[in-house]
Amino acid sequence: MTEVDGAHTVMILDTGESCVCKGNESVLHALVRARKRIPTGCRGGGCGVCKVEVVAGSYSKRAMSRAHVSETEEAERRVLACCIYPTADLQLRIIGKLQRAVCRPKQAGA
Amino acid sequence: MAMTGVLRPGHLQLRVLDIEKSRKFYRDIIGLVETGMDAQGRVYFKAWDERDHNSIILRQADRAGVDFIGFRVLNKLALDRLEQAVQEHGISTERIPAGDLLETGERVRFELPSGHPFEFYAEKTHIGNGLGMLNPRPWGAAADYGIAPTHFDHCLLYGPNLDATRKLFTEVLGFFLVERVLAPNEPIGGKDVAIWLSCSIKTHDIAFVEHAEPGKLHHVSFRMPSGERIQRAADILGMNKVPVDIGPTRHGITRGQTIYAWDPSGNRFETFTGDYEAYPDYEPITWTFDELGYGLDYSLGKLHETFLTVMT
Repeated sequence: MTEVDGAHTVMILDTGESCVCKGNESVLHALVRARKRIPTGCRGGGCGVCKVEVVAGSYSKRAMSRAHVSETEEAERRVLACCIYPTADLQLRIIGKLQRAVCRPKQAGA
Repeated sequence: MAMTGVLRPGHLQLRVLDIEKSRKFYRDIIGLVETGMDAQGRVYFKAWDERDHNSIILRQADRAGVDFIGFRVLNKLALDRLEQAVQEHGISTERIPAGDLLETGERVRFELPSGHPFEFYAEKTHIGNGLGMLNPRPWGAAADYGIAPTHFDHCLLYGPNLDATRKLFTEVLGFFLVERVLAPNEPIGGKDVAIWLSCSIKTHDIAFVEHAEPGKLHHVSFRMPSGERIQRAADILGMNKVPVDIGPTRHGITRGQTIYAWDPSGNRFETFTGDYEAYPDYEPITWTFDELGYGLDYSLGKLHETFLTVMT
């Protein structure tokens, strides 16, 4: 999907939902834009709240805290959503603290 | 009140994930004054109205958070006395030689019960605030550059053993308890989950929250000269798309006006002003846990989830 220059689709496998991630924004930024109720942490790669596992697709990344993402995890594409920028459409699973908020059913009227 | 022991929070070494990005952030957005870089690549800053050479030190690391916190004490005699008191309290200390930190004398370091490396030192070069010592002007260009806080004010740390930490600070180091938050359903005088401690007439020079994981940083706080300047800081954060956690609002606890936001590595910082003056004879103020939302954010009365879950 490239309706916007450099934009890619991010699919959350836990819920089957998708959102569009613009060329210069992080995956977390796109998730927040699409789902306002999502809790976000520091957005700087330091607190580890927004951990995801990328199952398909490619991305560029910036430094994230080793207190939350080991080298092995980073190599196995378990990363912080605030620190990755899609270079292709992505499919991901939410792991860590975000999971409860993303995967719980929407409340009536929410 | 004569201050003869511990004077003030003097320095804090912060771990950052990208030193160049963080250097620009603290210099151009926060508006700290860069004062040096050492052989290890650490970058040194002071707030404009501080007179000592440095207060905030950045170190490139693979994880965010705080390396250590240092308080300035009156003189070498006070340093020796505090070292002895800490040792007699059953905590071992080490001496770090002068010059390990730029323009800073020998430091006495030990670990707090909360797991944070903590230091005292008696010497750090006075470089002044740029206004001179004879017939000075009231302010200069640095007072308007970026958010432009006047001082590194305090930090809030998360870690275990809150009771032991309070005991150490109030019974050994000469601090006094200013405010406290009780654990859920605790009676007045019962177990605390958070404490605000002063060695001056500020409402806090350091604060702690009970937390399972040791050595964690909740925020580094910068003193602002007015509430108007807090609003100006909020504008600057917006202009630079800096992620904001809470505020501008007022803390019920300490009554200070505040913004919490995050630096590029996810370390939370605060711009702070307007708290009341505290004295050692004052009875500590108590907050019950069910009112903590007002203690944190008095206008919304909201216990923001990030307060208890997001730290570095």
